[in-house]
Amino acid sequence: MGKISNQAVLEKLSAKFGSKISLSSEPHGLLTFEAGREDILEILRFLKEDKELNFNFLTDITGIHYPEKELPIGVIYHLHSFRNNVRVRIKVFLEDANPSIPSATPLWEGANWMERETYDFFGVNFEGHPDLRRILNVDDMTVFPMRKEYPLEDPNRVDKKDFFFGR
Amino acid sequence: MNQPVIINNQERKETTTLNLGPTHPATHGVFQNVLEMDGERIVSGVSTIGYIHRAFEKISEHRPFYQITPLTDRMNYCSSPINNMGWHMTVEKMLGVVTPKRVDYMRVIIMELARISDHLICNGILGVDAGAYSGFLYLMEKREHIYEIYEEICGARLTTNIGRIGGFERDFNDIAWAKIKKFVKEYPPVLKEFEELFTRNRIFIDRTAGVGAVDAETALNYSWTGPILRACGVDYDVRVNEPYSSYEDFDFDIPVGTTGDVYDRYMVRNEEMYQSIRIIEQALEKLEKEEKGVFHADVPEIYLPPKEEVYNNMEALIYHFKIVMGEIDTPKTEVYHCVEGANGELGFYLVNDGGRAPYRLHFRRPSFINYQMYAPMSRGMLLSDAIINMSSLNVIAGELDA
Repeated sequence: MGKISNQAVLEKLSAKFGSKISLSSEPHGLLTFEAGREDILEILRFLKEDKELNFNFLTDITGIHYPEKELPIGVIYHLHSFRNNVRVRIKVFLEDANPSIPSATPLWEGANWMERETYDFFGVNFEGHPDLRRILNVDDMTVFPMRKEYPLEDPNRVDKKDFFFGR
Repeated sequence: MNQPVIINNQERKETTTLNLGPTHPATHGVFQNVLEMDGERIVSGVSTIGYIHRAFEKISEHRPFYQITPLTDRMNYCSSPINNMGWHMTVEKMLGVVTPKRVDYMRVIIMELARISDHLICNGILGVDAGAYSGFLYLMEKREHIYEIYEEICGARLTTNIGRIGGFERDFNDIAWAKIKKFVKEYPPVLKEFEELFTRNRIFIDRTAGVGAVDAETALNYSWTGPILRACGVDYDVRVNEPYSSYEDFDFDIPVGTTGDVYDRYMVRNEEMYQSIRIIEQALEKLEKEEKGVFHADVPEIYLPPKEEVYNNMEALIYHFKIVMGEIDTPKTEVYHCVEGANGELGFYLVNDGGRAPYRLHFRRPSFINYQMYAPMSRGMLLSDAIINMSSLNVIAGELDA
């Protein structure tokens, strides 16, 4: 498929960033690793501008919430190198109270709405974003609804609890 | 910041504020753009979206996998089978289910029909916005024929909920096959005639050529995908780059444009329809060689058993119960799967924790990402050009807002 292997991408990144890149894995063949919020912009820039890797395309930015973890809010980037036909997934985990991360808009204009969506649903503050407002929800909403503490259904309802199904 | 306003007559200013939408008849959907106008020209604009946001990602976290398919219908409702099958393939990828070739080819047929129905609406509407209604009405008849094929296969027309995880719910019947074959034969001459109305039409060229031209670099910078990116000259198509559903077995061309303007997008979409017909023809040919009657993968723990077996066979009853209650065993993993939707790369990012529902499901919706350039690129345009530009982006409100 890809013209360079995931291993080659990872080696190149490790050579440049060393221990700043951690917990790499390949679920379903897609290279995934974690990075810190201080280094993320530098890593993205390197991936984009490196002549050989050339991850020129930002596929997606989204968020995830693991309430029981120490760093519960995650921001997930999917990059794609058209030339090499390789994808990479980068995760950055942030603290719960006022999670903030540098914006990727200096690198890709397309990051604008993706980050607004992530802010809208997870409350991640993208530093340096030109216009960080809610995008899909109403402007006067006070919560970040994709976080796990906001249940979809009535929390008092018990007939769908897992123990009824042997879990 | 441009906000929706009621004009204050006391205020003196050089420009006019115009609320284009949310329900303007020329925008074909719920889109609001607050434009600052200097006469006929747009000085600046701000898009407001989210009017039909239905929180599909949140709902998905509370639904078993098979109940998420109808949610995907309601994203790009002009080509819902592509969304359905993209979702099925995402779950299959997560579960490691390999579908038989016959299922793949049947899926390819349905997905290409959906692509045709989406593109023909887009190009037809483009004609309407340029002032020519006849082409649209002419193609509409063909969309009806596509919907009749869907109806024969799954019973629904618009929000299809077509297929199951692992294959189809039933084999295509003889009427469906006959209708597909008839459509493949009848469509190219109709499309040819449609092209004759528009492609070399002086008025149409004057209205579209050079409007909304985007260079490849800007398009990539804005993460554009699909026909509008290809119109800029970038030959990126998921069907070729990461073939799914056995697209690697097919021989087809990826049309690309040069200038990325409205005219090029129109041309790219037209050519893609011809290529889709070519793919369907090949699929029909390949299906001749496949074993008849296979329409799903052999995965009893995921695929619902036939009803008569549920009533007469203990194992089938157990599987039926487990599947309906969403009690199938799923791995703890994450998967990103994308298909070439009618508007671009439609991605499903699924994080699973082994529970009944996805832990997190994110849809990479091409309309959402493509639309964000609309307001910046409208700057300096005439209002009538901006309307044409919007219909050629083919932004579908359901997919935009999810």
